[in-house]
Amino acid sequence: MTQTQITTNQSANQQNGETSKFIGLETQGVHAWFGKHHALSNVSLRFPERTVTGLIGPSGCGKSTFIRLLNRMHEFIPSAAMAGSVLLNGSDIYAPEEDPAMIRLKVGMVFQKPNPFPAMTIRENVLAGIKLAHLKRSNHDEIVEQCLTRAGLWKEVKDRLQASGGSLSGGQQQRLCIARSLAVEPQVLLMDEPCSALDPGSTLRIEETIKELAEKITVIIVTHNMQQASRVSDHCAFFLTDGGPGYLVEADATRKMFTNPTDSRTADYVQGKFG
Amino acid sequence: MTIVETPEPRQMMVVYSRADRIFRRIVTGGALTSLLLLGFITAFLVMRSAETFRQFGLDFITGSEWFSAGEDPLGGAVEGAVEEVDESVFSIGPMIVGSLVVALIAMLIALPLSIGGALYIEFYAPRSIYRVLVSLLDLAAAIPSLIFGLWGIQVFTAIGVRWATLLNDRLSFIPIFSVEFENFGRSPFVAGCVLAALVVPITTSVSREVYSRTPRDLIDTCFALGGSKWGAIRSVVMPYGKSGVIAGAMLGLGRALGETVAIYLMLNLVFRYSFEILDSAGGNVASMIALKFGEATDKEISALIASGLVLFIITLIVNMIASSIVARTTPRA
Repeated sequence: MTQTQITTNQSANQQNGETSKFIGLETQGVHAWFGKHHALSNVSLRFPERTVTGLIGPSGCGKSTFIRLLNRMHEFIPSAAMAGSVLLNGSDIYAPEEDPAMIRLKVGMVFQKPNPFPAMTIRENVLAGIKLAHLKRSNHDEIVEQCLTRAGLWKEVKDRLQASGGSLSGGQQQRLCIARSLAVEPQVLLMDEPCSALDPGSTLRIEETIKELAEKITVIIVTHNMQQASRVSDHCAFFLTDGGPGYLVEADATRKMFTNPTDSRTADYVQGKFG
Repeated sequence: MTIVETPEPRQMMVVYSRADRIFRRIVTGGALTSLLLLGFITAFLVMRSAETFRQFGLDFITGSEWFSAGEDPLGGAVEGAVEEVDESVFSIGPMIVGSLVVALIAMLIALPLSIGGALYIEFYAPRSIYRVLVSLLDLAAAIPSLIFGLWGIQVFTAIGVRWATLLNDRLSFIPIFSVEFENFGRSPFVAGCVLAALVVPITTSVSREVYSRTPRDLIDTCFALGGSKWGAIRSVVMPYGKSGVIAGAMLGLGRALGETVAIYLMLNLVFRYSFEILDSAGGNVASMIALKFGEATDKEISALIASGLVLFIITLIVNMIASSIVARTTPRA
């Protein structure tokens, strides 16, 4: 714990030295373990605010583990451990005084499979986070309309907000899940392969949604789809494993990663030569 | 333009392999056997109880008198018991009410305990004792009810009487908690408590099973939205498991309604309508049948079988209600 704090202070000092503190999400020397299994090694990345970052790499290289470290979901796995620090606008989200629930409000998450709450209506689904986190909001109707609009679903469902969330198609359900995450006003939205269970048409709709979201918030998306990464992200980070813990190969602007990457392995991967 | 004629549809048939055909016969046979068995039991109950229903009609269900004239329990003929002057009266109203009341008390106590226990085991118990708890629970569900009855008499009655005294002391202005004589042992309340102990393992086991099937994804989503564990349980786990818990409760209720030995040991059988659950009188259909059967006359046996039919029908109705509730509350995925 002390170690984490020391790193925090150091980085804060460094940042103060360079410019003002970094706005957005930043990881410094992050490691992750499941019991004795070292899953992720030394990842330092910056996610500037209002950008989309794609995390790419073959299965098992620790992308999902990494993303779950960013909103403290990693710790729900028994015997999970981490090292290094994750800074949101300069402050360590793993600091002992931080409330994990508050962190997760600021750093939202959309899962792989669309999973609207089955016992709730569309409207209740959107408002679920507000209820769960006991947020005081009076303008529920406004929130529902705003979040569904931002998720690109409002026009399709505005006349049946009382229908069950399960009555929507897969793509609509996933957009409902995005709307649900937006309702608690996160600064960062993590998406773990949000389109892997969807058809190409729905995938495109979600990608449009992601681009619109990035006008206001930071988006970090794990994807196995290279076209998706190139279409939707501003920056890309390429993860790899050589059998041991996953590590970061390189991270750069998406265009550079896809046309002229520094590491030859990145070039091979984005061209589909392995993975 | 050429007109394409719509062709006649060809007949299609699924052809099963030899192994499939044989297997189909075996499982059909198995299913039919249990159905037939159920049919035979029903037919037996209906035929043997016909006489009783013909004689007493609906009074059999609503009346509250059980008197067997005719043969002397000691073997000799009783005077005046000539065939035309048969004064036997059989009716089981209080026993039906007793069955429902005791079962209801048991469920009211057992359900919250079961839900709490299931949630604890599934979401709060340390992983190291999780396995132990689960197998203990399944073990407890298999304990014969006789053991619960003995425990009830020997150990629990003393405790139950204290609770009953307290309830009577504080809440006697509510009619069901008032009594005529302050003798609280062998009352429906105490028996209901013992029955609850008997039912808890089953309902807990079923509830835990359905809670454990809540998709991890949904629970994670609650956390990702800034919710607490309790929030996740309330807004995802409990709604998700609702229909399963109801099904488990109905399983328990079925057992409570038909419970014989424990009630036989715990309750004073009294043929009088009574809703005073702390009063030392009561009974249920199953234990009444067990109590009377040994020394019953032919006519009485018919009446006892009729009681069995009534119990059978009550259980059937409860089950039907249960499955309709389960069907209605099952969330559509």
